[in-house]
Amino acid sequence: MKRTAWAAAALSVVAAGFSITASAQKEQFVPANFYWVGPYAPGGSGFGGGIIDYMQMINERDGGINGVKLTWEKCETEYNNARGVECYEREKKHPPTGATVIHPLSTGITYSLIEKATADHIPIISMGYGRTSAADGRVFPYVFPLITTYWSQATVMIKFIAQKMGGYDKLKGKKIALVYHDSAYGKEPIPILTDMAKEYGYELTTLAVPHPGNEQQSQWLQVRQTKPDWVILWGWGVMNPTALKSAAKVGYPRDHIIGVWWSGAEEDVLPAGSAAKGYISAGFNAPGSDYPVMKDIKKYVYDKGKGEFEDKSRFGSIYHTRGVVAGIVTVEAIRLAQDHFGKGKPITGEQMRWGIEHLDIDNNRLKQLGAVNLMPPIKVSCLDHEGSGLVKFQQWDGAKWKVITDWMEPDRKLVRAKIEQDASQYAKEKGITPRDCNNDSL
Amino acid sequence: MLYREAGQFKSTYAADQQLFPILQDRIAVIALLVIAFIVVPLIGNQYWFSAIITPLLVLSLAALGLNILTGYAGQLSLGTAAFMAVGAFTAYNAMLRIPHMPILGAFAIGGLCAAAVGIVFGLPSLRIKGLYLAVATLAAQFFVLWAINRIGWISNYSSSGVITAQRMEIFGYPIEHSRDKYLLTLAIVAVMALAAKNLMRSETGRAFMAIRDMDVAASVIGIPMMKTKLLAFAISSFYCGVAGALYAYCYLGTVEPEAFTLDLSFRVLFMIIIGGVGSILGSFLGAAFITLFPIFLNFISGWMEALLRVEMSHAVVSNAEAMIFGGLIIFFLIVEPNGLARLWQIAKEKLRLWPFPH
Repeated sequence: MKRTAWAAAALSVVAAGFSITASAQKEQFVPANFYWVGPYAPGGSGFGGGIIDYMQMINERDGGINGVKLTWEKCETEYNNARGVECYEREKKHPPTGATVIHPLSTGITYSLIEKATADHIPIISMGYGRTSAADGRVFPYVFPLITTYWSQATVMIKFIAQKMGGYDKLKGKKIALVYHDSAYGKEPIPILTDMAKEYGYELTTLAVPHPGNEQQSQWLQVRQTKPDWVILWGWGVMNPTALKSAAKVGYPRDHIIGVWWSGAEEDVLPAGSAAKGYISAGFNAPGSDYPVMKDIKKYVYDKGKGEFEDKSRFGSIYHTRGVVAGIVTVEAIRLAQDHFGKGKPITGEQMRWGIEHLDIDNNRLKQLGAVNLMPPIKVSCLDHEGSGLVKFQQWDGAKWKVITDWMEPDRKLVRAKIEQDASQYAKEKGITPRDCNNDSL
Repeated sequence: MLYREAGQFKSTYAADQQLFPILQDRIAVIALLVIAFIVVPLIGNQYWFSAIITPLLVLSLAALGLNILTGYAGQLSLGTAAFMAVGAFTAYNAMLRIPHMPILGAFAIGGLCAAAVGIVFGLPSLRIKGLYLAVATLAAQFFVLWAINRIGWISNYSSSGVITAQRMEIFGYPIEHSRDKYLLTLAIVAVMALAAKNLMRSETGRAFMAIRDMDVAASVIGIPMMKTKLLAFAISSFYCGVAGALYAYCYLGTVEPEAFTLDLSFRVLFMIIIGGVGSILGSFLGAAFITLFPIFLNFISGWMEALLRVEMSHAVVSNAEAMIFGGLIIFFLIVEPNGLARLWQIAKEKLRLWPFPH
């Protein structure tokens, strides 16, 4: 009897497997490898929720992209490189055309996947994280640090500070401190900030905070001693609210602390309570639930009970809208690839790469998408895999994030030179011949 | 009935002292090697090679290294990940800075450097024991990561401290496909495991065990304390160093210093505790349990959902998996404190008597 039950169970599993492949003709698979447990779960579940909500909305509202339904499967990476690689390997051959694109949502996992995904012809979108020099599309054909990179952001931060002080010439002799998470991620801006210090004559102090960053007294005492005019906060997770609380303790004004975009979500300031008021952070997406695209997600997904968040207050939060932005660029690239390679047909990784590389979302298109001001316009090319570089600043008023600037341009010349230098070193180490961008076939 | 040594007579010392004295064991080991070297490469796919078996082998080697130190020589260490980091970063620098460096040579240099670092951080073991020594080896963990993070030369001045493994080639044959990487890892691990198994039966191994069981008695019977303890640190760190280099070159391809945090040291320690302290086989079993079981649980929960047609919140499932895993570790430790290797030994003893136990 028991055996029959087991056999039946096994059969139903096999049948379920078959039913997936049978209906797989008009589907486009996007892996959802994020993290829902561990110390960084707010970021992983928020971003993951956003991208899934957007894809769900496209399925519900438009019936997919030209009739091709979007599908996804969640895989828990725990923000751990080994698990991230395992998830990637597990999902890359998913029917019908394999993983279309991968959002690793971790700088470490991105680094581990660059070579593998390039060999497997699966594009990586590392939006606002990952390897900055991958913006050189000649050396990294399959990696897209879309919208903006850490180096662009660092130059915009200095620009913002200069604006506040009344011009770049006012930076001379001023002190800027960088309080950073002591990891690959936190060290990323140091070379560019050092270069800019030479150019503009400010004095840069770097203060490392060891992981996870819940003890920062000595760093902030040092801040009190050196009295920097501005503090740049390059934190992640629990480090952010702790930094704000410690700053309050030593009496450093919070409206002179500028956070990186991974330090600028609701989850980063709420635990700090009133200590966070006035704190400024950068961002490449704006929060809010009033954008037409967010209203559509509410109408077609949440009102039908299909939303990702059980806690409705997270709807429209920074991480959520960042995930929605990731959804927008993913879907737009698939749409573009379909236009080129055949409407209504699932596309492969190579075709997706073409799609992302020719992505051009201008203000007009943003309006059609209902995402004006939610994200900057973006135009990707073979040479430039970043596509925009624009950054906005927002300030926490004690209850919500308020956008305080328009989109700001990075110092493209400086950033690009550094990117090309790093990329060519990588190419040399790995023996890669950079592509010729004038002669670009598939 | 099948597993019985009756009728297998040993007429020479050599026959009596061979690695696997029982015929069935020999057959099983040879069969296992044949499967691993020939059958698996033929039937495995990329997912199995690069996400399951290769990391398993690499971590088994690290666990084996720790087991030599902790399980055989009785010196508790929390610096495993640091020694792995030394191996990985030295191999990278050897490939980068020495022209025409063969990859196996770079792995060996990585291992030797790790051994040297291991000896330095093993010096406190001459004075302190047990948990206090663990704290001293913790210093290795923090110091090595600090040095890699701070000294730009080690990571070739990469802005983020991340290194990318160079192309591998053996006698002109490029190691690029995950299958080749798996075979390379397997060959190294097999040779080193065999060496460890033999070493532990030799005079050196016996000296290690004498020190583990009672170091005063060991020194009274003439075992040189300093030489033996430092040798244990050196050999163990060599194994960990090679494991670290394999981790970088055959598994992930890129390595950041954060990959080798204290967390990994603890994981390797748990592997030998669960697998069996003082057992070569235990290192492999423990590594398999710690690395594969969470993935297996993840698959199970997926199947359960498909089967029962219920949709559970992913966060709940993920957290439940972590809880079940933790619960199982406690369960295993209560049921068999000597680890999975001991369970295997008991099973073997039972098999020898089966079907007529006394």
